[in-house]
Amino acid sequence: MPPKQQLDDPGGRPVDRRRGSTLLRHLAVVLAAGLLLVAVSYAVEPFRNFQLATVAAYLCATAGLTVLTGLNGQLSLGHGALMATGAYTVALCQTAFADRGMTGGWLLPLSLGAAIVSTVAVGAVVGVAAARLRGPYLAGVTLAVAVVVPALAVTFDGVFNGEQGLSVPVEPPPLSLGAYFPYERWQLWVTGAATLLALLLLANLIRSRYGRTFRAVRDDEVAARLAGIHVARTQVLAFVVSAATAGLGGALLAVLAQSVSPGAFSLTLSLFLLMAVVIGGLGRLTGALWGAVLLVALPDLTHSVTEMLTLSPAVAQRLEGNLPLAIFGLTLIVVMIAAPGGVQGLLSRLGRALLARRPIRRS
Amino acid sequence: MDRFVFLTVDGLSRGAVYAAFALALVLIWRAARVVNFAQGAMAVAAAYVAYTVSTATGSYWLGFVVAIVAGLLLGALVDRVVMRHVDHASPLNPVIVALGLVLLIQAVLGMVYGSEFRPAEAPFSRSALTVGGVAVLSPYDLFVFATIGVVVSGLAWMFARTPVGLRMRAAAFAPEVSRLLGVNVGGMLTLGWALASGVGALAAMLVLPTELGLHPHAMDLVFVSAFTAAVVGGLDSPPGAVVGGLVVGLLLSYVSGYAGSDLTPLAVLVLLLAVLLVRPGGLFAPVAARRV
Repeated sequence: MPPKQQLDDPGGRPVDRRRGSTLLRHLAVVLAAGLLLVAVSYAVEPFRNFQLATVAAYLCATAGLTVLTGLNGQLSLGHGALMATGAYTVALCQTAFADRGMTGGWLLPLSLGAAIVSTVAVGAVVGVAAARLRGPYLAGVTLAVAVVVPALAVTFDGVFNGEQGLSVPVEPPPLSLGAYFPYERWQLWVTGAATLLALLLLANLIRSRYGRTFRAVRDDEVAARLAGIHVARTQVLAFVVSAATAGLGGALLAVLAQSVSPGAFSLTLSLFLLMAVVIGGLGRLTGALWGAVLLVALPDLTHSVTEMLTLSPAVAQRLEGNLPLAIFGLTLIVVMIAAPGGVQGLLSRLGRALLARRPIRRS
Repeated sequence: MDRFVFLTVDGLSRGAVYAAFALALVLIWRAARVVNFAQGAMAVAAAYVAYTVSTATGSYWLGFVVAIVAGLLLGALVDRVVMRHVDHASPLNPVIVALGLVLLIQAVLGMVYGSEFRPAEAPFSRSALTVGGVAVLSPYDLFVFATIGVVVSGLAWMFARTPVGLRMRAAAFAPEVSRLLGVNVGGMLTLGWALASGVGALAAMLVLPTELGLHPHAMDLVFVSAFTAAVVGGLDSPPGAVVGGLVVGLLLSYVSGYAGSDLTPLAVLVLLLAVLLVRPGGLFAPVAARRV
């Protein structure tokens, strides 16, 4: 079997170029990002804070998907459904807490934890099936999951309240931050902290033994098996990790919107996530960041464009809902054909070209 | 018993449409080793063209013919403009590109026609004729059976008996050798895409009057059902796709008739998972099937 063409492989470069502890390096990056986020949250208006929080929530899901698809080579069209699992769990937990009159800062982390656990359970079931499937078969099954799971919310409307969905009661920011602390800033802090934690864990996972086995399985299953890697177990593990982050992302989205409904987790969301990681650059966490930014920025951008044009309300409404979709779809096709490395691939190529002019000698 | 007969006929009628749609998937899979995830969206686009023509001229049949022609053209266009340029080294790439097409086509349809449901008219009555006091078959069901029967036997005849069919099979089976022997492999591939897309458009025209109506997402669930049908039969087997389509149609009809129509998507998922886990090559898998 000839070696498969790789979409883009950060592991293809020599890994031990960077010295020192991986964990410490990642911790430093995460701390810096956290400080930057706090500074930004004070600098910008509340609406931008909310948008940044949405980016953070999407980033959770796209980072998980890029680990699964880019590093392990499993395509999932069902991540929207996994996000829905997390979102509904958080809604049910928060409602249960509110009904019993429980309050306290530890309730939200508890609900988010429950969301991760329930998504891990669902992800394990899908992952066990996925580990036996390849290529288009896997895409078909996960596509079915993406179509079916939102429909379940309507089927069991006693629990999930049908198309209406559930509301997610979220407590106001703690009083110790001051009485007039803007709610959007608090939202950004919560989602930002959760996302940075998830990214830290993912980044370490990618650099660890497990990350290497993920890539080995993607590149050549037979060779990986000969090297003593349990292929099916590795694939299930990748799916479960990816599901956990997707569940967290969905839960954070639900907390941000303070409601969940099946319409928010349609097949289109799953396609959006896939598009985001492909355009950002498959298999790179920075690519997932670009993708998440794009998911929030592009609808906003098309909204302002349609506002600038003077259109009849009906036409404007049609354009506003569909123009981002059309741009996403077209970009996805063009990127796949012209630049399979995505945005981050282009940036790295640019960076390498600049570095090549000024050769660095390593001793 | 009456209900059972009614559900069986209804399921077979629906299954015939799934069979045609699954057959279109199998056609492209055999020719290009691509599962065309954009097929549902492409078929809906053709149906919208038919809707425009029908409302402008008032003739259902003109719209029907236009839908099939539009499907053929769209298939050829997708192959020539997009799919041909995709790097097929990783099986993920064509799937991702097809999903990009889904987003693009559905968004364009939404921009042009809006996202409200449009009525899809049926050319014949859909109320069932009664035989001996039992409601059996509507004229529309007969029309569906006849159309699908003609299409399936026509395709079978074409692949088995005509020079073009032979060339298409050769181009799919051994592209290099066929090229050396003077077969226009690229042209055969485009023809395969066009035929599959035309069959898909036909299936959409037949299934839409029995559903809620015309909508950019109208074929999403039909696509999932047809994919299941193709997998049940084995992606490589055209007769398998037909049988798979009928099986899926019957199952969905019984589930929605006896257990509630809300459960049909779940039933499709369970069937798909069961088949893939128990017999991944499908019921009609040839010996030494490809690893799925």
